[in-house]
Amino acid sequence: MMVTLSHYLTLSALLFAISVAGIFLNRKNVIVLLMCVELLLLAVNFNFIAFSRYLDDPAGQVFVFFILTVAAAESAIGLAILVVLFRSRRSINVQELDVLKG
Amino acid sequence: MFATFLFYALSTVLLASAVGVITVRNPVYAVLCLILAFVTSAVLWLLLEAEFLAVVLVLVYVGAVMVLFLFVVMMLDINTATLREGFLRYAPVGAIVAGLIVLELAYVIWFRSEGLPGGTPLVPRDAAYSSTEQLGQVLYTQYLYPFELAAMLLLLAIVAAILLTMRKRPGLKVQDVAEQVKVRREDRVRIVTMKTESE
Repeated sequence: MMVTLSHYLTLSALLFAISVAGIFLNRKNVIVLLMCVELLLLAVNFNFIAFSRYLDDPAGQVFVFFILTVAAAESAIGLAILVVLFRSRRSINVQELDVLKG
Repeated sequence: MFATFLFYALSTVLLASAVGVITVRNPVYAVLCLILAFVTSAVLWLLLEAEFLAVVLVLVYVGAVMVLFLFVVMMLDINTATLREGFLRYAPVGAIVAGLIVLELAYVIWFRSEGLPGGTPLVPRDAAYSSTEQLGQVLYTQYLYPFELAAMLLLLAIVAAILLTMRKRPGLKVQDVAEQVKVRREDRVRIVTMKTESE
């Protein structure tokens, strides 16, 4: 019984599905939504690294490097927006953010 | 054989902690579950012989991003009870969507995998191989321009985060060095001529 590329892809698919379900379940809490986005990016990184190993091509690892950079920037700015939001509205409930009447 | 056992054990831990992230009541526990998920995936990346990225994942993610999350979660006074309303109402929808994603991806991965590499067992790399060296060689030649753009992006994130969270409080007594340096003698000293008085 060997671990093949399909095993890694299935693991990443399960991780992706769990975090998509998390976005549905915690649709009011912005912090948990941000954490679910981090998990989604982790699942994508898994695919890149598994393909990089099985195709023997370091380009996949370069992409993971860039995804990690973008994800770090995204969470830093996202949390900054969250802090400003909490300071002005005293809540992080997504449903109360209806100033634009969307 | 041991690698196979390790893969299944770590996958179980990873998926269990991912489920923990989305279901636990307290956001602090969710962050801790997410840290466990990241550390477990770093070990799984070591199994795929991507040592550099595994170390970067632990250092950057667990060391910086997750600590930032933990800091923000603990700093904000969040009422978790109101945020949990409708949790079970949307559980069936989430489960259906997640199940569909898994079914579609499993179909593609297991039944439409003619062109997929990796049916053959992996050959372990020899001890002299370094994934850090390989990554550095392509990163600083072929991907140099994207690498510099990534540096620019990080700078942008720093400036944006500082700009967003900085605030000016009215009535706060602070030292303004520029104003202090700008002061001339005429602004402060007034020479008054007056008659001498003697008594």
